[in-house]
Amino acid sequence: MSDLTASGTVAAPAAGTGGAKLLARARPALLALIVPALLLLFWHLAVKAGMTRLIPSPAEVAEYMVDFAVGGIWDDAFSATLHLHLLASMQRVYGGFALAALVAVPMGLLIGRIPLIAQLFDPFLQLMRPIPVTAWLPLSMILFGLGPRSAFFLVFLGAFYPILLNTVFGVRSVEPRLFEAASMLGCRGNAQFFKVVLPAALPSIFTGLRLGLGLAWFVIVVGEMTGVPQGLGAVIMDGRTLSRTELVICGMIVIGIAGFVSDRLVVMLMNRLLRWSPMHRG
Amino acid sequence: MAELPILDIQGVGKTYTLNDARIEALRDANLTVRKGEFVCLIGASGCGKSTLLRIVAGFEAPTAGSALMWSKPITEPGPDRGMVFQDYGLFPWLTVRENIGFGPASRGLGRDATRDIVERFVALVGLTRFADAYPHQLSGGMKQRVAIARVLANDAEIVLMDEPFGALDAMTRERLQDELLDLWQRTGLTVLFVTHSIEEAIFLADRVVVMEPGPGRIASEHRIDLPRPRDVASPEFNDVRRDLSARLHSHHAKKAA
Repeated sequence: MSDLTASGTVAAPAAGTGGAKLLARARPALLALIVPALLLLFWHLAVKAGMTRLIPSPAEVAEYMVDFAVGGIWDDAFSATLHLHLLASMQRVYGGFALAALVAVPMGLLIGRIPLIAQLFDPFLQLMRPIPVTAWLPLSMILFGLGPRSAFFLVFLGAFYPILLNTVFGVRSVEPRLFEAASMLGCRGNAQFFKVVLPAALPSIFTGLRLGLGLAWFVIVVGEMTGVPQGLGAVIMDGRTLSRTELVICGMIVIGIAGFVSDRLVVMLMNRLLRWSPMHRG
Repeated sequence: MAELPILDIQGVGKTYTLNDARIEALRDANLTVRKGEFVCLIGASGCGKSTLLRIVAGFEAPTAGSALMWSKPITEPGPDRGMVFQDYGLFPWLTVRENIGFGPASRGLGRDATRDIVERFVALVGLTRFADAYPHQLSGGMKQRVAIARVLANDAEIVLMDEPFGALDAMTRERLQDELLDLWQRTGLTVLFVTHSIEEAIFLADRVVVMEPGPGRIASEHRIDLPRPRDVASPEFNDVRRDLSARLHSHHAKKAA
């Protein structure tokens, strides 16, 4: 009897800590789900209560999402086309973003490091920067025609400035001490560019890349609103014209998820490349 | 002394121009350092001791006189003069090993040669266990060991130290002073060491150079003949300290008068 109680008292806390551990691990995910779940609930109740007849319920949207992804429910023009639209948008987003990074990072390094280049470009870029990307839409349609090329250009433009500005900032805030350290160790002149400037500016460059990629997903909708047959922005515009709100919401959800996954990928790369930085351990 | 000095500072002055105002940081400094000597520069802030060190490092050019190393004018920083900064100046994106290998790699040494040198100096400063750690994972004392190792690994003939132990706690400071002396005695280094601690200067130096501000200049030089290892609690040590302290204060009193 005493044995039983003894083992019982020993076993109970052990099971308790096991459960607690599991709970501790699941806690962030659970906490993160509370707000979206409440929002879904509110949405569902609001539709049920008849507050609006123009917005479908979450269940209807979910059903349509399945049809949009794999088909077999409604079998209309949009059934099983999600991958086509997603792929089209991703090509423009990553293409425009990659081109922006390819131009903005080297340019930012040069502007930050070489005064003559800064004097040449800085005033011009400062003037151009406040112009919203959306204001470029008409001009970009004239320059690149109606269609994907115009969207590509807008994405490029949207991602360009955050990457450029953060790169310039990163280069300018390199500690002067590190240049002294490098030069007294025998690393001088242009060699410092790759051995000091680039690694020291990397945290800022990544901040720029994250902002740029976020903006790229932001801009793609505007870019695909006119004259583009495929793309998530086109889906949302079509949904609006056809008064198919569930299509609009599906497009929004896919963009949200795609943008989130893109950001996580950049963060994973960042954590790997910046494991030396106490700010970026993850 | 017929022997050629490693460092020869002749009438060196440095005047900065800041918003049309001329600031004389250093005036007519004369100093020779022989190979293997341990020389401490000491003085209150504004006495030009760091300026003098930075001129020797090649970070700044003198506006008067000349600074010569092995009779050749110093015009730019170079691996023959390794600098140890108070704030370490380590590359945060490189591990201990990579920081120490930075100099050898920059000088174009091959991968194998660099690795051998790095392993030797990692062990020399006792950081084998932390060889793959990044600077932010190290204590201040460990960071300063890395900073010392990387200039030694780069074949520095003279090590310039700008209040290197000023940011460390007392216990770590004493340990690093001992380690530095040990390295100096084993390797035959030449050390030019800036400090504002009289005790540190007497504990370390063959020769203490007292500087004073307004404008910065060399006031006097003192040979420290105490046998090593020196005991900071011994009466002889205290005599030297009292003497040097009095001189430092008399300079300041003169300036105030």
